[in-house]
Amino acid sequence: MLLVPCPHCGPMNAGDLTYNGESHRRPDPKTCTPKEWRTYLYLRENPSGWLLENWYCSSGCRKHFKIERHTLTGELRAPVLPGRKPGATQGDMK
Amino acid sequence: MSYRLPAPLGNAIDRSSAISFTWNGKKLKGFEGDTIASALLANGEHILGRSMKYHRPRGVLTADFWDPNTTVQVDDEPNVRASHRKLADGMAVSAQNVWPSLKFDVKAANGLVGRFLTAGFYYKTFMKPAKLWPTYEHVLAKFAPGGAVDLNTPHGRYDKRYAHPDVVVAGGGPSGMAAALAAAEAGSSVMLVEHEHQLGGHLLWGSDDDQVAATELAASCEAAGVEILSNSTVAGRYEDNWISISQRNHPGVIERLIKARAKTLVVAAGTIERPYVFQGNDLPGVMTSGGAQRLIRMYGVKPGTRAVVFTANESGDSAVEALQSAGISIARVVDARSGEGITSASGSKSRVKRVTLSDGATVDCDLLVTAVGWTTPTSLLNMAGDRPVYDADAARFFPAGPPDNVLATGGMVGDGSRNELIAHGRATGELAAGRAVVVRHRIQAATARATPVDGQEPDYPADERTPLDRARHPEVYRSTTHGIVDYSEDVSSKDLFSAAGEGFDSVELIKRFTTATMGPSQGKLETVNTVAMLAEARNETIAEVGTTMWRPPYAPISLGALAGRINEPTRVSVLQSWHEANGATPILAGQWVRPEHYGDPAAEVLNTRTNVGIIDVTPLGKLDLQGPDVPKLLSLLYTNKWMALPIGGVRYGLMCAEDGVVLDDGVTARLDEEHYLMTTTSSGAAKIWHWIEMWLQTEHPDWQVHVTPVTTGLTSINIAGPNSRELLGRLTDDIDLDPDAFPYMNVRRGTIAGVENCIAWRIGFTGELSYEIHVPSGHAVHVWGQLLEQGADLGVKAFGLEAQRIMRLEKGHFIVGQDTDGLSKAPVTGLNPLLKLDKDDWAGMPEVAWTIESGDHPVIVACQPDNGSVVPEEAAQILRAGTTEIVGRITSSRMSPTLNRSICLAQVTKEFATPGTSLEVLLVSGERITATVQEHHAHFDPEGARLRG
Ligand SMILES: [Zn+2]
Repeated sequence: MLLVPCPHCGPMNAGDLTYNGESHRRPDPKTCTPKEWRTYLYLRENPSGWLLENWYCSSGCRKHFKIERHTLTGELRAPVLPGRKPGATQGDMK
Repeated sequence: MSYRLPAPLGNAIDRSSAISFTWNGKKLKGFEGDTIASALLANGEHILGRSMKYHRPRGVLTADFWDPNTTVQVDDEPNVRASHRKLADGMAVSAQNVWPSLKFDVKAANGLVGRFLTAGFYYKTFMKPAKLWPTYEHVLAKFAPGGAVDLNTPHGRYDKRYAHPDVVVAGGGPSGMAAALAAAEAGSSVMLVEHEHQLGGHLLWGSDDDQVAATELAASCEAAGVEILSNSTVAGRYEDNWISISQRNHPGVIERLIKARAKTLVVAAGTIERPYVFQGNDLPGVMTSGGAQRLIRMYGVKPGTRAVVFTANESGDSAVEALQSAGISIARVVDARSGEGITSASGSKSRVKRVTLSDGATVDCDLLVTAVGWTTPTSLLNMAGDRPVYDADAARFFPAGPPDNVLATGGMVGDGSRNELIAHGRATGELAAGRAVVVRHRIQAATARATPVDGQEPDYPADERTPLDRARHPEVYRSTTHGIVDYSEDVSSKDLFSAAGEGFDSVELIKRFTTATMGPSQGKLETVNTVAMLAEARNETIAEVGTTMWRPPYAPISLGALAGRINEPTRVSVLQSWHEANGATPILAGQWVRPEHYGDPAAEVLNTRTNVGIIDVTPLGKLDLQGPDVPKLLSLLYTNKWMALPIGGVRYGLMCAEDGVVLDDGVTARLDEEHYLMTTTSSGAAKIWHWIEMWLQTEHPDWQVHVTPVTTGLTSINIAGPNSRELLGRLTDDIDLDPDAFPYMNVRRGTIAGVENCIAWRIGFTGELSYEIHVPSGHAVHVWGQLLEQGADLGVKAFGLEAQRIMRLEKGHFIVGQDTDGLSKAPVTGLNPLLKLDKDDWAGMPEVAWTIESGDHPVIVACQPDNGSVVPEEAAQILRAGTTEIVGRITSSRMSPTLNRSICLAQVTKEFATPGTSLEVLLVSGERITATVQEHHAHFDPEGARLRG
């Protein structure tokens, strides 16, 4: 079982978290086309390599956070998110 | 005749403690410390079972956990490994896979028709015609090995444990013990896991000095605080050193599954001796050199009287010494290192009698010992990503290099004297401990709320161990004849050659086609020989063929251990003891134990409709919402509008998932300027809490809303019926119950039965005038008691879940998850006025809009069977009349005590939704009845005059 670093609780068993899958943008519900909306609902990139993911610390602090996971090696790293400098560690995430 | 040897041979048995047991009904004796197999051999019983396909007699081959053909029935437990399980007093042991008896086995005739059971016979023989498949299944089931399952066996106890050791060491031989000791001395918490019953590994059947060293090392480990788990197996290694350990010796349970998060894993699994492939290699009396030495030195059992030893290594030489010490005459030593070989063995039906050598000579014997090389059980390393590499000079596979947090030591990585193996183990243990310190530092540094870490991260220790040498070893896999490769699956080298001839060129494919390596020993004895046979058949090298992927578990784990204890938590309201004391029939609804009824649900309905009833509805999900942006949140989650809900107002809302499917429903009240109380369905309580957190944290982190679940903090009681206003009025002074002051769909706060901070709202799930009150749970028993006491003259009675379900069905209220399913988009409910498409955004809005636009969806309707005495089953199909075309289904159905007839809700296609339409309903009995679609969802009081009163 993977150890997933919650920015608040530290490394947690993946089973103690909820996996919310590949990170994706929600289209504007007023203007989107059915294709855009259903792409948001059902279609994922599923790359072989680095993937930005959503996790929820459901059995811990209840924080939603994003993390990058390498789908081949299982390696995890803090993502570069807007407003955060590259190379920031998990401890810097909030 | 007894085959027991005198002391000091037999270091594992205690001759002062005799044990009685039976073997196929015959009374026998063994000693404490014996395995079932060693005790049987000591009594001269050397046939322990019959092989799977050909029913050939089989005996002890390896005398350890991996022994492939010594599976027996012990009392009510099938499939016990006789060469591993310790003998216990009173055991009734019997042979499996024999009929009618071990000695005269009818199915041994399979050997004569063996051509039907060749490679891939499962796939070929039983293919056509398909109509005979049930017959084939019947025939195959009779041939399946395995003991008898006793359906009256009492439930066993199993358990689980979570552990967080610094270092787990898999394997308790000299290197593993030394690694555990060194790691513990360096300050690590260490679990040392040994597959067999005692620490020592191959030292246990080695020289006297070896045996002394094993005892001393084990004592040192114990003294150093190492947690020793013997008769336990490291079954798997997963990401980030998540280690599963099957512990078979924990007191009070049959098996315990330990899930350990280790900072470093040391794999010291040793080596497993390979059997030799030749004609007759499965005769009882043919065994590995390790098997013979274990029997003699550990169990004091004489495996034969006159032996031929075929050796390619020191283990064979050591076996010769052991045989001599046991007084067994050595008929011939055949040394592969000087080019000698054996061709075949023959014997009676029950035992080896003669060996033919490569030079054509024959030698009589009753024991043939082979020492032809080693399999490296790299399973745990493979699970960590390592791909073993074949070394032809050493005639075995070696690890290529596992990741940094997994270290291999001992026979897996090389050869050496006892002291060299111990030295390598110690160096490995020190390295493991050093790396564990770094991992611990990193975990602590990454945990925001942990104690701040002191100083810099320690340096990551480099691997500076002196490697062990690899001893040269001749490649000795198969003679010029064919023999068994997989003993438990009865697969011969001939089968593998023919499969290779059929084009199975990959070891992964040939394994699945022939089932070689797929039996209970999981390839530990068979994999490398299978690879070698394929290489030979294809004229390739073993390195070119490569090996199969070893996956978890390392050794079988019982399903009971995986399941663990049955530990399903249930929840109850604080009123549960009153319910139990007053004759409630309990029902499990989701996690909640609730009163289904108190004896007569129909009477509870009629009393509520006539007088007044109270029901405990605490499981209703309750979320306290506070903050200036709550209206925005409600507008986003519910399909209807919430920006203008006044203080004191209550509104019903429907929630959708982003795909437009109905997610939940309930009412939400505005208690104060920035304070709301939301209710959800009982089963949706946790889900909606997560749903709200997700929206607040990810899409709208700028909104100021606090959400707090208060489901059990408030006990909820619904007071329903014409006398409910009178009843509640007797319990409160500060809530004005006048219908003009407190109308339908309003909320008030006040004191009820002397309890402050109660919430009361008027809603109408039952269709009656009703007040739902939410009381601080610490005072709920008092309030409930007061309602019953003060309302005695008003006819107040408690009602249960069933009466509530009947009343809501009489009123036509749908239940999310019962009348809707995972495909029911919001328009299915018929609540279209609540689907506000003119709002900017709400969860699922686009899908709902497109569904309305297309009009292509079923709808919920109320219907009544034309024969009011028939209650169609829930989920009964609705068919187009006279056909088998399904056009809907009954989603809820009950006999209505109020209307004295059956009533239903159903989902039907639009074509059948018009009031007055006749529906044809297929009952479970096969009978078809008719039902008529009603004007309103409500079967009773459709105008709602009662609840608004
Ligand atoms: Zn957390």
